[in-house]
Amino acid sequence: MSEVIRIKKGLDINLKGKAKEVFSKAQMPDVFAVRPDDFHGIKPKTIVKEGDLVKVGSVLFYDKANPDLKVVSPASGEVIAVNRGERRKVLDIRIKSDGNFESEPFEKCKPSSMSQEQVKKAILDAGFFAFIKQRPYDVIANPNDAPKAVFISGFDTAPLAPNYDFIMVGREEEFQLGVEALAKLSGAKVHVGINVDNASKLFKLTKGIELHEFQGPHPAGNVGVQIHHVDPINKGEVVWTVNAQDVAMIGKAFMTGVLSFSRSIVLAGSSVKNPCYCKMIYGASISNIVANNIEGDNVRYISGNPLTGTQISADGFLGAFDSQVTVIPEGDKNNEFLGWIMPRLKKFSVSRSYFSWLLGSSREYEIDTNVNGGERAFIMSGEYDKVFPMDIYPEFLVKAILARDIDKMEQLGIYEVAPEDFALCEFVCTSKIETQRIVREGLDFLRKELA
Amino acid sequence: MKALRNFLDKVKPSFEEGGKFHAFRSVFDGFETFLFVPNTTAKRGSHIHDCIDSKRAMSMVVIALIPALLFGMYNVGFQHYLVHGEEASFWAMFIFGFLAVLPKIVVSYVVGLGIEFVVAQWRGEEIQEGFLVSGMLIPLIVPVECPLWILAIATAFAVIFAKEVFGGTGYNIFNVALITRAFLFFAYPVKMSGDAVWVAKDALCGGIGSENALLDGVTGATPLGQVSTGAAEITNAIGSSMSPMDMIMGFYPGSIGETSVIAIGIGAIILLFTGIASWKTMLSVFAGGILTAMMFNSIGANEVMSLPWYEHILLGGFCFGAVFMATDPVTSPRTECGKYIYGFLIGFIAIVIRCLNPGYPEGMMLAILLMNLFAPLIDHCFVQANIKRRLKRANR
Repeated sequence: MSEVIRIKKGLDINLKGKAKEVFSKAQMPDVFAVRPDDFHGIKPKTIVKEGDLVKVGSVLFYDKANPDLKVVSPASGEVIAVNRGERRKVLDIRIKSDGNFESEPFEKCKPSSMSQEQVKKAILDAGFFAFIKQRPYDVIANPNDAPKAVFISGFDTAPLAPNYDFIMVGREEEFQLGVEALAKLSGAKVHVGINVDNASKLFKLTKGIELHEFQGPHPAGNVGVQIHHVDPINKGEVVWTVNAQDVAMIGKAFMTGVLSFSRSIVLAGSSVKNPCYCKMIYGASISNIVANNIEGDNVRYISGNPLTGTQISADGFLGAFDSQVTVIPEGDKNNEFLGWIMPRLKKFSVSRSYFSWLLGSSREYEIDTNVNGGERAFIMSGEYDKVFPMDIYPEFLVKAILARDIDKMEQLGIYEVAPEDFALCEFVCTSKIETQRIVREGLDFLRKELA
Repeated sequence: MKALRNFLDKVKPSFEEGGKFHAFRSVFDGFETFLFVPNTTAKRGSHIHDCIDSKRAMSMVVIALIPALLFGMYNVGFQHYLVHGEEASFWAMFIFGFLAVLPKIVVSYVVGLGIEFVVAQWRGEEIQEGFLVSGMLIPLIVPVECPLWILAIATAFAVIFAKEVFGGTGYNIFNVALITRAFLFFAYPVKMSGDAVWVAKDALCGGIGSENALLDGVTGATPLGQVSTGAAEITNAIGSSMSPMDMIMGFYPGSIGETSVIAIGIGAIILLFTGIASWKTMLSVFAGGILTAMMFNSIGANEVMSLPWYEHILLGGFCFGAVFMATDPVTSPRTECGKYIYGFLIGFIAIVIRCLNPGYPEGMMLAILLMNLFAPLIDHCFVQANIKRRLKRANR
């Protein structure tokens, strides 16, 4: 193993409402929803309609640009709605579960004894490929690409994020098979980033991967940061990234011959009475796990972490790439008087014009969804640099994107970044600039222009 | 607070589109967000945000300016009574200075914020806080005898042509307060330099101040002005010689806020403690100034070159410029390494102008404005270096 990569820039936001490491028994919900928007980069062509019966693994929609790329049902039962928005865009496909989770067939086999084509077909047919993302552009990977590497992050440093050491317990064999499948599928090296301070027993036991140890604050757990420090992406190169749980999910299918989209998630946040872990399935309604477990009535439900997650309703659904549900107070009724000049001792800020930097890093904060100010042009400088641990000038890149200057974007390293890498920039920004939205639009623009 | 909130909610509709007072929407909006933190929540992207905002950042700078402002007021009164040879109490001096300086603050804010309000209304934007700082800086960098109408014209010029035409706060190339001063300096040189403008000589409001005649030997020239005209010894307004300690205290004629190193030092501590100003810029301005002054000391071809390096730093606008002007984040380089170069060159050029240009006893203003112009170039160099590194990596 190579030496430890120390990340100095970044920020750990110590939020209230961390989960205890116990699994609570959550009843599986009846309703599931799959949102095409979760699978960014896919142009969905829906092939189910209301009333269709589906199994776990039945195709719901596929990518118009690449019909092999399919997104499948996480549950068995009946399609009860295909909700559409403006211009008939599919918002979500709802499935009423019959509770049996009957699976489409999947051939139980060792990926190491299969050919690349066989593995690819198996993964595509099972709908697992939609869980492989690629850089550049941070979109669902193209099955026809040959990536130069596959990266898996073995820890999550985001606020209130699940502890991988805890949620991956007992999944050694599944993870090993998943890694083998990915190695065969991509024909490239599989890299796993782990945190030096975690035990990461499972990852250390896994064979056929290259381990990299990281140390430092968030976003050290972001796969983009890990790629940047291990094997940065240059123009024309492609790297695939997969969540560790999804690797085990792929492995489990090869091990058991049954498709299952279950994963462990954490329910956390300062508005949760008993923050805990539970087993869930992607697309599942969160209504059961949040019922009678929320304090206050004006709260925000987020699928994912508070920096990058998606706002959902109290009966909303777990996003395809999320293993976290966060509930924090809304900040739309604060009416804070002269807040900009008050000491605000209970509030968190990286700015030393407040006092949270003197109160120690172990202090936990309750942060609501208030933006705490109006949007302005860039004023303060160097703020982004402090939380952006890559050899990239984030502010200049954001400006190049705003100017839609393709050459500059390429030169400044847009191929290496994803919106999530800018989440902390957005958090600390004095001018309240929506950097994640800007980067997402920039990546989409570039992808369209260069297609 | 609740009553106030309810009142605002009640009158709000009349300021919105189609309301009676729609023409004052930006003003209402400005006051509303000033009184209450807006209740906007994050809709997409990060759901949580740091509690810093630009109002906070700007008001920290205004707070940091208060010691220099208060001392400036006191010094204006002090100089007034000094040149008349009259003993006066602390409060008499302060009140005189307060009354002499207050109209400048009012004029600067009324003119500057008035233009900001109009432009914000016209563009349909929120009022931005940038002028809170500029409006406080402007009275502090002019001589006390600067007429108000000239100040009003200069402020209007700077706000419109140095800021609004570029797009408002955050888009300006030059420091707005310095453009105000530069405009005054070149358009009304008689009111901005020489020996006559630095001390308030007349009584205010028909009676506040000293009734005595001026003392003999009153010069009223700034120390740097004296040095550049070849005076053998630096003296205060009535011709007594000054020690370095006097220069640190700041009881000598000069622009209102620039004289006291102690008051500026308190401001610097506030800015550095809160992290609003970059220590990199501040430090390197001093480093540049000190090294350059030392270099000229060793040449010593004229009076200004021979001025000891520490007096170069203590006198004139060097400290004020280094702490409050050079550190303006909008007109500084945006790259961290660039700040060292930017700061160093400001210090260097300021001393070069002082030493080599007999026409300008003070070089800080021109040095900062010149480097404002070069800040994007400094950034460009560092950004290009980053681009080259990336290209090299790709070709490896």
